[in-house]
Amino acid sequence: MSMIRDLMSQGGDMLLVLTLAPLLTGFVRKIKARLLRRQGPPLLQPYRDLLRLMRKDVVLAENASWLFRAIPYIIFASTWVAASLVPTFGTGLLFSWSADLIVITALLGSARFFLALGGLDVGTAFGGIGSSREVMIASLAEPAMLIMVFAVAMIAGSTQLSTIAEFMGSSAVGLPVSLGLALVALIIVAIAENGRIPVDNPGTHLELTMVHEAMVLEYSGRHLALIDLSSQLKLVLYISMIASIFMPWGTAAPQAAVHSLALGAAAYVVKLAVCGVALAVFETAIAKMRVFRIPQFLGAALMLALLATLLRFVSGSL
Amino acid sequence: MITAALVCVAVLLALAPVAIALAAQMRGSAIIYSASLLACLALLVIALFALLDPAHPILSTTLPVGLPWLGAHFRIDALAAFFLAIVNFGGAAASLFALGYGRHESAPGRVLPFYPAYLAAMNLVVLADDAFTFLVAWEFMSLTSWALVVSHHRESENIRAGFVYLLMASFGTLALLLAFGMLAGSGGHYDFATIRAAHPAAVLSTTVLLLALIGAGSKAGLVPLHAWLPLAHPAAPSHVSGLMSGVMTKVAIYGFVRIVFDLLGPPEWWWSMVVLAIAAPSATLGVLYALMQRDIKRVLAYSTIENIGIIFVGLGLALAFKAQAMDWIAALAFTAALFHVLNHATFKSLLFFGAGCVLNATGERDMEKLGGLIHRMPQTAFAVLIGCVAISALPPFNGFVSEWLTFQAILLSPELPSWGLKLIIPAVGGLLALAAALAAACFVKLFGIVFLGRARNAVASTAREADGFSRATLLGLAALCLVAGIFPGLFIDALAPVAKAMVGNSMPHQAGLQWLTIVPIAKSRSSYNGLLLFAFVLLSGSIAALAIHRLASDRFRRAPFWDCGLPDASPAIQYTASGFSQPIRRVFGTTIFAAREIGEMPPPGSPAPARLVVDMHDLIWDALYAPIAKATGFVTERINVLQFLTIRRYLTLVFVTLIVLLVVLTI
Repeated sequence: MSMIRDLMSQGGDMLLVLTLAPLLTGFVRKIKARLLRRQGPPLLQPYRDLLRLMRKDVVLAENASWLFRAIPYIIFASTWVAASLVPTFGTGLLFSWSADLIVITALLGSARFFLALGGLDVGTAFGGIGSSREVMIASLAEPAMLIMVFAVAMIAGSTQLSTIAEFMGSSAVGLPVSLGLALVALIIVAIAENGRIPVDNPGTHLELTMVHEAMVLEYSGRHLALIDLSSQLKLVLYISMIASIFMPWGTAAPQAAVHSLALGAAAYVVKLAVCGVALAVFETAIAKMRVFRIPQFLGAALMLALLATLLRFVSGSL
Repeated sequence: MITAALVCVAVLLALAPVAIALAAQMRGSAIIYSASLLACLALLVIALFALLDPAHPILSTTLPVGLPWLGAHFRIDALAAFFLAIVNFGGAAASLFALGYGRHESAPGRVLPFYPAYLAAMNLVVLADDAFTFLVAWEFMSLTSWALVVSHHRESENIRAGFVYLLMASFGTLALLLAFGMLAGSGGHYDFATIRAAHPAAVLSTTVLLLALIGAGSKAGLVPLHAWLPLAHPAAPSHVSGLMSGVMTKVAIYGFVRIVFDLLGPPEWWWSMVVLAIAAPSATLGVLYALMQRDIKRVLAYSTIENIGIIFVGLGLALAFKAQAMDWIAALAFTAALFHVLNHATFKSLLFFGAGCVLNATGERDMEKLGGLIHRMPQTAFAVLIGCVAISALPPFNGFVSEWLTFQAILLSPELPSWGLKLIIPAVGGLLALAAALAAACFVKLFGIVFLGRARNAVASTAREADGFSRATLLGLAALCLVAGIFPGLFIDALAPVAKAMVGNSMPHQAGLQWLTIVPIAKSRSSYNGLLLFAFVLLSGSIAALAIHRLASDRFRRAPFWDCGLPDASPAIQYTASGFSQPIRRVFGTTIFAAREIGEMPPPGSPAPARLVVDMHDLIWDALYAPIAKATGFVTERINVLQFLTIRRYLTLVFVTLIVLLVVLTI
């Protein structure tokens, strides 16, 4: 019985993140538009875009290889698996033991590895510029993320995200300084990894500053739809991660009753909305950086995360 | 069984003179490589039997050769068995690859005789059980590999590589010679059993540690003793490059582990600080150097330095925990290091062999002249892609598992009592994370520039797929990368006796766990299941593909590429290898390589092209090696005068020397 419930919980989690992902992106776009006094596209527009893209023919470059066609599926699969391993409304995920936070980070790394290869496959100037910048950003964001994971793992005594979430929800956690530093680092990493302003502009095209959009320039139809859906999933993933580590309120415990699961789901939607609004406000308030300012921005995350880890090494209570 | 092992080694040795006779013949290389393959496979089987036998018997024998009062001692314990397996696994893969690759060798007479001798030498190092045999085998290994490095001696670069390698190898052996001399003491007890029983004084053992780090570290390629490695490894024929990078560096690690973990007795806590302080920067610097290269084999050679750094981080952590008697965490760190030894041997051999296939097909090592090879060499490309993903430490492949285990050991380090370690280990973790991320960038570049995109010159556009033997080797190694990644528990269990012998404990038994998960310490702390992860990714990818193809659309058409409306058919518009790493060079290179970009604009009105010159320095070479070379040159030039004296002056010189010596003696 409990096995079935766990399976349903895990399956529900996978479907939940998949269905919520375009909505969250639409929501952030809407808020951003409203902040600029624009009407903005309807909330459901991302779903329509995805459906239309999926129904269209794929236009493949003449020299595109088999890898180019496989890459969207690889990216989508690894992002989706990573997203479904992050607790959303409850911590009782059936398969959370198969991968910890380090693995989730590395899975996203796999997705990025292949995305960067996709940018290079056709052999265009824009693809190259995107891939080259993406790996530069990743080479700083990924270590920052990992060191942040170290700090959090040392506070919670585990790298297992479900265990961390449970620990953070308990009263044993207190208010360590290192946790605050880790939060700032994680937010910076999340902004960079999702290609949001000030690192990259998700709404841009035909600019020499673009990173993500330059890599996927040659993709079309269902391939593009999958890549778009993956980036929407990634946004949900990072917000869920921030929520489960730093906003553990309301999350249902494992083996929880139905009503607390419902409460957890409601709390989760509220958290997503709050983070979405915060992201929109932040993006509206700040200008995009030059590419070579990004290393300083990410370097700050790296240093904060390292400081948090160092504090944990030096003292168990900081 | 040890007799059988020694017979196999003798066969390999005997193949060397046979090869001289056969080198001129057509079938010579096929005979030599298949005989080497068989000998290596036999040795591999022996090693695996010794490693996996639940009774763990220690086999030893003494042959009446070498020093008359000593003889030559040989022994297979768990540690030797593991490294014997690595050496012969790599040797067998290289021999199989060479069955196809060796046919294209332009000068087989300079490669064939040394190849089996080189394999035999590496085996002897691992089997040796006394200092004399160990050092002779070690030097034999250096010399045979040197001969292979300079086998294409008409290229001036290779001669320089051979010269630097010979110098550094001699220097490393000297350090090891002194280390063993100190261990043996004035009594001259050279066999390992006596050395193991005697516990040297603290000062002595510290000196031995440093000498072992220099001797074995220079062979393994730790920064700053790495200078020879990126010159020598690419210069050899590709199957030998694979052996040097994938296997010989592991023999060096064996030497370090044997001396420091086995012979030297209980470690001091701060030894690990020395090891970690060298290992972690090696990892990061190695991969940064790799990113700056455009020669495909040199990228791989520098990446070896990175991986050796990762292995030594594991060993350093194991030392730290062993010194504090936290042997269960020491076992974790040690197992992580050994697992990475296996993983690196697998994917680095694979990548070097892949580079060899590319070199054969195009005659080109410069990445900026290649491109689009995925269309011409699909199977090679597929295998190399797997190797690239595995070496970038991405799940579900093997490189990730060993790094994950190393990270788990780092996360347990706050339990160490010493403050020095508490402060250094977070930095080590940071450098390791940085190295992992940069490695991914490096191998996106390698695969993307060489195999993807469009051919940058004519040879790349007409390249032909590699031969059957080469492809079989590549695909087999790629399959092993996946198997070790999704069934890591099997490999961790196989390493248990080695960890038990070296650090006194082993990781918990993994094989019985649910769904082949690996749990290094406790389930609540961390666990990883590569198999499940792989199945999930495969499943969700297939479901997505199936659903979209069924429900939405499965059609595609071909068209010229778009490139934002600016299509240009010239392959020159593509990013180059140097262009690809330019952002990273700007971020890290300005301090680490003193990199500067100098733009030279022609004066207004002049039709001359503008030029961009990148000025980079190897600061370690400038700071360490160049002064030594300069000082040596200065001294030899001064002494050179002595070569052109008259007989009278020579006699005077001899007389004065005699007087001085007598005076010294009397005082």
